[in-house]
Amino acid sequence: MSVEWVAVLAKTGFVITMLLSVAPVMNWVERRGAGFIQIRRGPNRVGPFGLLQTVADAVKFLFKEDRVPAHVSPFYYFIAPIVVLVPACMTFAVIPFAGPITIAGQVIPMQAADLNVGFLYIFAIASLGVYGLIMGGWASNNSFSILGSMRSSSQMISYEISLALSVVGLVMIHSTVELGQMVKLQSEALLSFGPIVIPRWGIFVQPIGFLVFLTAVFAETNRLPFDLPEGEPEIVGYHVEYGAMKFATFMMAEYMNMAVASGLAVTLFFGGYQLLPGMGTVLGALHLQGSTQDWIRVLFEIISFTVKIAFFMWFFVWVRWTLPRFRYDQLMDLGWRVMFPLSLANICVTAALVYKGWV
Amino acid sequence: MSDTKYKSVLNRDPDDLWEDSRAIVNIGPIHPAMHGAFRLVAKLNGETIENSYGEFGYTHRAKEKMGENRTYHQYIVYTDRMNYVSAMINNTVYAMAVERLMGIEVPERTIWIRMVCSEMARVIDHLVCVGINAVDIGAFSYFLYGFHEREEAYTLIERLCGSRLTTSFTRIGGLMADAPEGWEKDVKAWVKRTRKTIDEMDRLLTMNRIWQKRTIGVGVITKEQCIEYGFSGPNARGSGLDVDLRRDQPCMFYKDVEFDVPYAKEGDIFSRYLVRIEEIRQSLNIITQCADRIKPGPIWCEDKRVRIPDKDVVYNTMEGMIHHFKFFMTGFEVPAGETYTQFEAANGEFGFYIVSKGSSKAHRMRVRGPSFWHFQALPLMVRGLKVADMVATFGSINVIAGEIDR
Repeated sequence: MSVEWVAVLAKTGFVITMLLSVAPVMNWVERRGAGFIQIRRGPNRVGPFGLLQTVADAVKFLFKEDRVPAHVSPFYYFIAPIVVLVPACMTFAVIPFAGPITIAGQVIPMQAADLNVGFLYIFAIASLGVYGLIMGGWASNNSFSILGSMRSSSQMISYEISLALSVVGLVMIHSTVELGQMVKLQSEALLSFGPIVIPRWGIFVQPIGFLVFLTAVFAETNRLPFDLPEGEPEIVGYHVEYGAMKFATFMMAEYMNMAVASGLAVTLFFGGYQLLPGMGTVLGALHLQGSTQDWIRVLFEIISFTVKIAFFMWFFVWVRWTLPRFRYDQLMDLGWRVMFPLSLANICVTAALVYKGWV
Repeated sequence: MSDTKYKSVLNRDPDDLWEDSRAIVNIGPIHPAMHGAFRLVAKLNGETIENSYGEFGYTHRAKEKMGENRTYHQYIVYTDRMNYVSAMINNTVYAMAVERLMGIEVPERTIWIRMVCSEMARVIDHLVCVGINAVDIGAFSYFLYGFHEREEAYTLIERLCGSRLTTSFTRIGGLMADAPEGWEKDVKAWVKRTRKTIDEMDRLLTMNRIWQKRTIGVGVITKEQCIEYGFSGPNARGSGLDVDLRRDQPCMFYKDVEFDVPYAKEGDIFSRYLVRIEEIRQSLNIITQCADRIKPGPIWCEDKRVRIPDKDVVYNTMEGMIHHFKFFMTGFEVPAGETYTQFEAANGEFGFYIVSKGSSKAHRMRVRGPSFWHFQALPLMVRGLKVADMVATFGSINVIAGEIDR
């Protein structure tokens, strides 16, 4: 087997492992974070700091009776969680988690799949997830779950538009949709005041785009303040008829979507795997050479990428336990009457600036 | 169109939910938003509630009938389970009603302690109400900030009577036990902490854009409708009805304490929320004033009929033993007469109507739980709103199942 194939297998394995472990870890972070925000403890009995609580939960979910209610449509009821989970697993493939490395004369990009369509792939695949929600709600044959899937379909479709439009500005500035290329271009300096250098990160060149992106991402991942498809106190959600591991699969998909959204936000707006301030100095001070230097650099890049993603994941948790929930029509209002025009205006302004050559 | 069909269209009942083919959704009795056990059958058009009707009775325990075959003393524990969020107020009102029927004056210390307890129960009730309302709208952390102070208040109540939720603290003509030493001081410390928490909660939520969007202009009930539906308490005050029985018909020592009665004009969820928040502050003021005036003294009235004999008398003398036995087995006799004693409970006018024919059991016991009147206005308030608004409106009128069903 060539180096390339080994690398592809290794990278895919790495990404899948990371993604699958996101759900239990984030579940723990969410519950401990909620405890931290709400002045209480959160889970702290199973394992150190309650870290094994999610393992215990997973075991519980697996061993629960897999009950199928009599009134559901069994086929769609069964495949709905899978349809939600699979796109969530697939989307992370094109996000670069480190800079390319040269092994045996071959340049290996550090992303599971280096596609030339870049984040278009992410948007294409991520929109498939909504089918799972609709299927789940419809197949459950329950008024509440149908309300939930109605909400989810209209919400996802409306916010996908703003989401896609919000990054058009970046495409115009960088003239590429490839994520690896985009990260590279973000390393250049935008402004520099003596020793302080502000890089060309997406957030600095496209602040409005970032705000729209962030809002849309919250809606896309069904997180509070936009968690209307779930809306526990109102309609309980599209998964009201689900139990055991099927329900847990929906939850897993939600956390994976969060990870993908955070990864995308980091890659597009926060310089991706670019080293955090100070890490470059450390790397320089180590005086490494050759392939060792390359590997340490990759390690550092993976660390800084993870730290950036972790911040965003925490941000999701933080917002969830702080804000109240929107109402369905207000959400659509915000999507179509604020976010959509805002992203369009952003595109126009960016186009003018690019034409003038100011960015 | 045939003649009969034509007639059926003309005779269509606008309140009949099952008339046409809209989706009928059964919200409750097992539903996270139906605090307690209620049911709202709603006819939906998309997410809009076109029409609905509410149902209750899932927790009916025949409390009023119980009152007619339990002695007056035995009935105290049943009052806890009416509005179980603020049981202290129920205890106090019941004791006041029977005392009025018997013409008993209770000592000052008892009254001050009862007032502190009532106001603490009011604070607890309002904290739970605004907190649960926030949970319904998605602000979970807000609820737990208030919940912490609620637990602290329960700890203070626990020190009085040994239980937290179902207190059964009052006795006819007295109290179950005297307040422990230093209790007033701890109450005042709690008031200070709670005041801080309330300010914090206020800062967190009141000016939040999403919160205001969800609550302003939603679930509106006008002043006139309030009167028609018999609203009382904070819900009526949220609609601009300036009524408060503590001020209008002062009982206990409410004449001697200073407090304001807040009211808002809009009648929506937001104004009810503001009224409740402000009322918590006023209640805290009352508690401080009362705690300052609790002086050492007896907690039992001198009336031998209702006074539970002291334990050393019971254990050491024959007469005391007989008295004790008679008191608990047959109860004391209440002179013939009737009374309707009401008080401003946390949710509104809470009253006991008792008819006595001279025996140790009531001839007729009737309880007015304010939530009953509030719940029946829910279909009116939510007509044309979204499902999510229904949940928010329902939380804002603070309907307690035990109080409606009794």
